[in-house]
Amino acid sequence: MKANTNTHIVVIGNGMVGYKFCEKLLAKKKNDQEFMLTVFGEEPRVAYDRVHLSEYFAGKTADDLTMASKEWYDQHGIRLFLSDPVVDIDTEEKLVRSHHGHVVHYDYLIMATGSGAFVPSIPGVEKDGVFVYRTIEDLELIQSYARKAKRGAVLGGGLLGLEAAKALLDLGLEEAHVVEFASRLMPRQIDDAGSKILQNQLESLGLNIHLAKSTQEIIGDDCIKGMQFNDNSFLDVDMLVISAGIRPRDELAKIAGLETHPRGGIIVDNALRTSDPYIFAIGECALAHHMIYGLIAPGYEMADVVASALTGVDKEFLPYDMSTKLKLIGTDVASFGDPFVEEPACKTIRYENKAKGIYKRINVSPDGKELLGGILVGDAEQYNMLLQTCKNKTILPPDSEDLILGSRGGEEAGGGVMSLPDDALICSCEAITKGMLCKEVGEKGHNTIDLLKKSCKAGTGCGGCVPLVKDIIQGVMKQNGQYIKTVICEHFDHSRQELLDLVKMNGLKTYGEVLNEFGHGDGCEVCKPLVASVLASLWNENVLTKDRAPIQDSNDRYLANIQKGGTYSVVPRIPGGEITPDKLIVIGQVAKKYNLYTKITGGQRIDLFGAHVNDLPLIWEELIDAGFESGHAYGKALRTVKSCVGSTWCRFGVQDSVSFAIEIEDRYKGIRAPHKFKSAVSGCIRECAEAQSKDFGIIATEKGWNLYVCGNGGSKPQHAQLLASDVDKETCIKLIDRFLMFYIKTADPLTRTATWLNKMDGGLSYLKAVVVDDLLGLASAFEEEMQALINNYKCEWKEVVDSPELRKRYNHFVNVPDKDPTIAFEEMRTQKRAKEWV
Amino acid sequence: MEPTQNTKDRITWHLACNVNDIPEDGGGCALIEGKQIAIFNFTRRGEWYATDNECPHRQQMAIGRGMIGSQGEEPKVACPFHKKTFSLKSGACLTDEDYKINTFPVIVKENKVYIGL
Repeated sequence: MKANTNTHIVVIGNGMVGYKFCEKLLAKKKNDQEFMLTVFGEEPRVAYDRVHLSEYFAGKTADDLTMASKEWYDQHGIRLFLSDPVVDIDTEEKLVRSHHGHVVHYDYLIMATGSGAFVPSIPGVEKDGVFVYRTIEDLELIQSYARKAKRGAVLGGGLLGLEAAKALLDLGLEEAHVVEFASRLMPRQIDDAGSKILQNQLESLGLNIHLAKSTQEIIGDDCIKGMQFNDNSFLDVDMLVISAGIRPRDELAKIAGLETHPRGGIIVDNALRTSDPYIFAIGECALAHHMIYGLIAPGYEMADVVASALTGVDKEFLPYDMSTKLKLIGTDVASFGDPFVEEPACKTIRYENKAKGIYKRINVSPDGKELLGGILVGDAEQYNMLLQTCKNKTILPPDSEDLILGSRGGEEAGGGVMSLPDDALICSCEAITKGMLCKEVGEKGHNTIDLLKKSCKAGTGCGGCVPLVKDIIQGVMKQNGQYIKTVICEHFDHSRQELLDLVKMNGLKTYGEVLNEFGHGDGCEVCKPLVASVLASLWNENVLTKDRAPIQDSNDRYLANIQKGGTYSVVPRIPGGEITPDKLIVIGQVAKKYNLYTKITGGQRIDLFGAHVNDLPLIWEELIDAGFESGHAYGKALRTVKSCVGSTWCRFGVQDSVSFAIEIEDRYKGIRAPHKFKSAVSGCIRECAEAQSKDFGIIATEKGWNLYVCGNGGSKPQHAQLLASDVDKETCIKLIDRFLMFYIKTADPLTRTATWLNKMDGGLSYLKAVVVDDLLGLASAFEEEMQALINNYKCEWKEVVDSPELRKRYNHFVNVPDKDPTIAFEEMRTQKRAKEWV
Repeated sequence: MEPTQNTKDRITWHLACNVNDIPEDGGGCALIEGKQIAIFNFTRRGEWYATDNECPHRQQMAIGRGMIGSQGEEPKVACPFHKKTFSLKSGACLTDEDYKINTFPVIVKENKVYIGL
């Protein structure tokens, strides 16, 4: 819907939501839009903050609570009529008539009439000394009556009732009582056990709580003298505040013939339109999704939805999360999600500490994977974290009680970077310590890699510290209580895992499609390689075809490792480190022909350095002819599966480690992951292949194989941990399939398996539960997805060599066949080396 | 080097390559008058850019092999060596103010790419 120029909008109701609507409409108004706004309010005051009404008794003035002054309405050309409720609406002629006789035409009418206090029909409610708790006028009346009263009661033990009870205490009454019909306090938010703890806290502050009390009659002549209950008990009070709920103000809507609900509320659709398309209803008078939203946040959201619609942006009002956290007379109370769901629909975990006045309850789905809801009384520190876990359906760690109790010894889920001392050197290129980074992030607010690169140059050198720096940013933000969603970069508001799922579900295969569907802007050096990796991990198509060549990172772009000086190195695959003399000779011949420096790598293969980009296809042509394949030394993919010689030659060996290593390397070659991954197979317990330093390592036993995972050499060495012992080959491979797919699908970008595990909630026991015990029920899917990747494997270098189109890109210049004339070498130990850079 | 792109009458246009010599949303390097010039076909934005091929950080001839993208509205290229990023419009380094590269005007006519030096 788009409003025409000079649209007349009338707002009925000048409460918080009515005011918020005006504010949002002005903010969203586009240059070519003109609105004539007229607001009618029943109360004599401009809109004020009703949520903090009880602060009026704690010394705040009516002015303090005001949302915006009368001048604000003048400045923005809004006509404001106070103490002048609308009494009639002519929907045919689109006119409203006010109590004082103002008749105003509207194009669109906004009903923001709010709610009134619900007063139950108890005999005697009309007596003097009985009040409702809704407006500043109500408060003024309560205040003046309280001067001569000694004992006060509040009818209603909900949120507002408890606020009112506190107000009575603040007003200096000798006794303050809370009378609740239900068997617990705040029955809509907390359960019996939580109520008991809250009751203890409130009683210790001097409130008297009466639960399960049904009031029969209010006793007294003209003035209230007491309350008579159904159970024949009697409460001696000289004033009463009724706070038994709200009643939507829908009487005007009824007069106008708008559809209302028998139990109250103006019925609206998802766009908040009433049964008349030119009339909207927002706030507590509106019945959306079959309910009245009696909180301010959904009211504001409704104001936003209608303001958007009138300025030409269609938006829906979605069922709103009613989770709340508040401080009630010094006691934290929070409830989120579904706080009341009972077994067997959930598993409930409760923690109660009467001495400290703390009660916590969480409801976990029967399979233990999801947080359904919960209640916190006395200590709501974890509220935000729990709410996010619940809303985002984050998969829970196996010991979900840790969510409310914290980890209690045993297996810590990795200390992480935040446990490092302040003087730990993080960026060694720029000599920046953890302490310096914490300061940059915490005090100066430099909380992105780019900001840090600019402010202190961290990560601008070799870039190796960037993942650690990111962890520090997150760690500091977490300590400061900021919620962090790990987004990829400015072009994608998703985490890698989310994007992978989206790309998979939508079957996207090019970067352009992914950016168009799920991103914005033109991409960058962060999201391009990430999407490239996701596409490769999902479909395993050649990384240089379609639009994918220019999105590959430096090495993948040319399927070779760029080295100092701009030449490349070449690593043919030598599975398990086993090679024939003939193949060795070919490597030697190729190295000689193209003048390449040769070196045995740490992974039992041979690296050929100093190749001009123009020579790469020629070099590979010869290697492929001799039966070699790409070694993927340039990719975030399986590197090498190192092996010891094993039982075929070694007198100690108990299994044939070389054969198994070759089988493993052939199985997983070419599969791309969030980071490179390495493996090794040792033929006996002596562990000569150093399998426990690999992403997955296999060690032979007398009975079969032990599988270790998430080890790492590199800058922060970490031993791999035992995932399964004495398994046969087939089982071992199945477990590796699942382990790798779980890693590929869930790890953050450029995160090795060791770091991935360190960050995983629940650590190794959770990993085991997923991979070995199939906690998530995904094992067979993981195996199938892995098999699909394996089936799709082709040597990508062979594809390049065979394609003139792809070969064409292997030239330094696009206009002449020359090699880069600036490349220079120096001699060292009869071979060449790259010239040192200045 | 004196910037020449401001004084239009002193620009000499040089034929660098054909349009399809530079991959879409990618770059390449042309040798012009003995100089290595990086050329970018920013298809997504419908724009062409040219800069020095040499990255001033480690004097590597590699900018033409860099990845292009945007930071806010600013088109940029990242050097494949250490990911220094440079504005394709101004040549200013966006990650480290100490560095700058030269930029050159580009004209595309009848599928040919011309660079002004």
